[in-house]
Amino acid sequence: MWPFSKKKPLELPDFWWEYEAHFNEKLPEGVHENTFVVLDTETTGFSLTKDRMLCIGALKLLDNNIVVKESFEVYIQQEHYDSESAEIHGILKHSKKNTISELDALKQFLVYAKNYVLVGHHVMFDVNMINAALKRNGLPKLKNKTLDTESLYIRTLLISSVVQKKERYSLDDLAKKFSISRKDRHTALGDAFITAIAFLRTIEKLKPQKMKDLLR
Amino acid sequence: MKNTISERIADFLKNYPPFNAMDARQLEQLSLEVTIIHKETNTIVFGQGESPHNNFYVVNKGAVALSKAGSSQILDICDEGDVFGLRPLLANESYKLEAKAYEETILYAIPIKDFKPLALENKRIGNFLIESFASNTGNPYSIKHRGKLYGESSESNQYSSDKMLDLQPIKYSTKLITCTEGTQIKTIANKMTKHNVGCMLVVRNDLPLGIITDKDIRKKVATGLHPITASAQSVMSSPIITYPKGLTLAQSQMAMMKSDISHLVLTEDGTTDTKVVGILSKHDIMVAVGNNPAVLLRAIKRATKAKRLRGIRHGIMNLLQGYLEQNIPLGLVSKIISELNDASTKQVVKIALSKMDKEPPVKFTWLSMGSQGRGEQLLNTDQDNAIIFEDVPEENLETTRNYFLKLSERISKMLNTIGFEYCPADMMASNPSWCHSLSEWKKVTTHWIHNPGPDEILLSSIFFDYNVTYGDKALADELSQSIFDNVQGYPLFFTHLASGALQNPSPSGFFRDFLVEQDGEHKDFFDLKLRALMPIIDAARVLILSHSIKSINNTAERYEKLAELEPNNKELYLACSYASKALLKFRTRQGLLHNDSGRYIALDKLNKEEKIKLKRTFKTVKEIQSLIEVRFQVKNLLR
Repeated sequence: MWPFSKKKPLELPDFWWEYEAHFNEKLPEGVHENTFVVLDTETTGFSLTKDRMLCIGALKLLDNNIVVKESFEVYIQQEHYDSESAEIHGILKHSKKNTISELDALKQFLVYAKNYVLVGHHVMFDVNMINAALKRNGLPKLKNKTLDTESLYIRTLLISSVVQKKERYSLDDLAKKFSISRKDRHTALGDAFITAIAFLRTIEKLKPQKMKDLLR
Repeated sequence: MKNTISERIADFLKNYPPFNAMDARQLEQLSLEVTIIHKETNTIVFGQGESPHNNFYVVNKGAVALSKAGSSQILDICDEGDVFGLRPLLANESYKLEAKAYEETILYAIPIKDFKPLALENKRIGNFLIESFASNTGNPYSIKHRGKLYGESSESNQYSSDKMLDLQPIKYSTKLITCTEGTQIKTIANKMTKHNVGCMLVVRNDLPLGIITDKDIRKKVATGLHPITASAQSVMSSPIITYPKGLTLAQSQMAMMKSDISHLVLTEDGTTDTKVVGILSKHDIMVAVGNNPAVLLRAIKRATKAKRLRGIRHGIMNLLQGYLEQNIPLGLVSKIISELNDASTKQVVKIALSKMDKEPPVKFTWLSMGSQGRGEQLLNTDQDNAIIFEDVPEENLETTRNYFLKLSERISKMLNTIGFEYCPADMMASNPSWCHSLSEWKKVTTHWIHNPGPDEILLSSIFFDYNVTYGDKALADELSQSIFDNVQGYPLFFTHLASGALQNPSPSGFFRDFLVEQDGEHKDFFDLKLRALMPIIDAARVLILSHSIKSINNTAERYEKLAELEPNNKELYLACSYASKALLKFRTRQGLLHNDSGRYIALDKLNKEEKIKLKRTFKTVKEIQSLIEVRFQVKNLLR
């Protein structure tokens, strides 16, 4: 092994190896044979270094089905705390929800996510947030492939310079377009659900045959 | 362990029977077991004869059509909150009907194993089930028991053309408009006008005494026989003829004919000694008989909710299918259907207006553009629309625009609810670039005409087919006039418009083969709209504009007019008129067959005759394209 390698792989915990092992398997080719993990995180802010995740919500999508029981929702104990964003999420530092440590949350998430494709609205933000947390806990980055519902949605729009296209589409814009109730905005699992429905409706418009059409 | 999603499901289910009978804890438990299923349009939930699934279904969003396999006859449409596929699970038998997503649908699949214990434990649920199943031993999906088995739905309407409809119970209105013996005629007439009804029931302690109809007021009051201050008692028809509820269509028709009356009063047991439960009018019977444009039109005009309009639009589609099956001339069909589409849009605008907190600050016009503007929209396609409002002082412009944008957003959302997809290019009045004052519109169109780049041509071609759907026609006329004046001064515009019309790829290849799409989601499909319909529509537009003819938007009619104006090209124009109708019919047939816009055609699914027919129109397309190429000297345009 390269002597200056920063990674000392042997020190990684078992759950990480189990997670990694899933990536030896190839993803199925057909879109409908794939499981998608639709996720959303609530955070204290937008800084990858200063801010922390408060909650991770995720659900699994297989062949257009969401099994409610198999959804994922954890609240994370906080050291860093920002009173401003708490107003948005309503998650208080000592809230009554059962909280777990960041490491436990990551562990559970890895067990949940396996090698499935991660789907999110502005998914890279969530992934980077999780990666930052992984790093704090001495773990490598997520290995999953990702899909961003914003860019997928933009692909459904007509390419035309005629009408000024918006540059950005928020989750609210999508929810409005697809008439999805926005009641649960700003709870991680609620947002994940809205994202999942928006994802399904976008997929119906794009009609990709193979995974590679989607991931391109 | 409940979570955010299961809470949301419980929140939804608690509004509908039988779940409304469950207590919150039970419902939470059950919601956790649910699987959410997204169904794309036309995908099957379960097939006829299939053995029962482990779940039954509740429609969360969208609609599911129940039908006999292999028949296009839809027996029932389940809407939001309706339960289906439950009986086979309880009776342990296979599905009797096929369930198919009628549009994009989200279903909650509820496992029977978790539901059954609750049903056994909870008497009210048990009763609900017994009531709904015991009463319909014949056809478990009959319209009659919709109200019970599929949840409350007195609003929804079935325009099924089922042959046995005569023997089915008829829907009647249960919202009774009543008065007492002492009420003044004037008050009664006002109330009838307000509720838009043709008769008023006179009651004493909920028991029917008499009835006052439009006819009574015409005969007994307007003639001067009684003053408008007279009491109800003096003009009402009494004693009253009553019938028990649950009349079939045939029975009610007979009853009306027998007594020569236009309204039937229904009471609990059919005598005047029990409570009134509803009134059945001739109109209700007409609606039940269904497939009749006049009835549909009236139903549209009476609708006060977008949801109701959606039901009516199902009826319109049924009507369309019937017309095509009977091979009624397409010119006529498209007139009728466009009229109904137009009326629906108009009604939507009306409803939206009534929901705004303020009256519109100035006059405005709602324009339908594209296919709807041309009166060629047979299927539910995208909505393209725009608003023109009266000029206002500069300082009020933005607040005025904001009002109309808000209105448009409402309208657009409702149109979406009743089945018109959003325009993917956002050419809708809810977009600020399609919501202008008259002078702004004049500026915008002048700009297009003077700077005819490809985008401007595209915009013009969509915009110039506008049709006033609602509001002040004078605004649109003034704009048209300004456009024509402008165009006459810039003949080069026609050259560009013509070149735009030639832009669309030709329908056939070198050996007169069909050209199919090379990639994308419709690979190997033939794009009927782009390759055949658009060229012929675009050509009609530039030709008719060059003759300064406004007010004819329909492509076939445009060609007929052209044939009249240019006798030497009569034959070609008539061929074009025919081709445009034939292509439209083709598209509509395909669309109805696959419940989509009919734009893309799988060539291997066509039979030989259809292919030949289609190819014949291509020749016409080519000819008209070369005509405009020569006439407007498109070649001179840097090509």
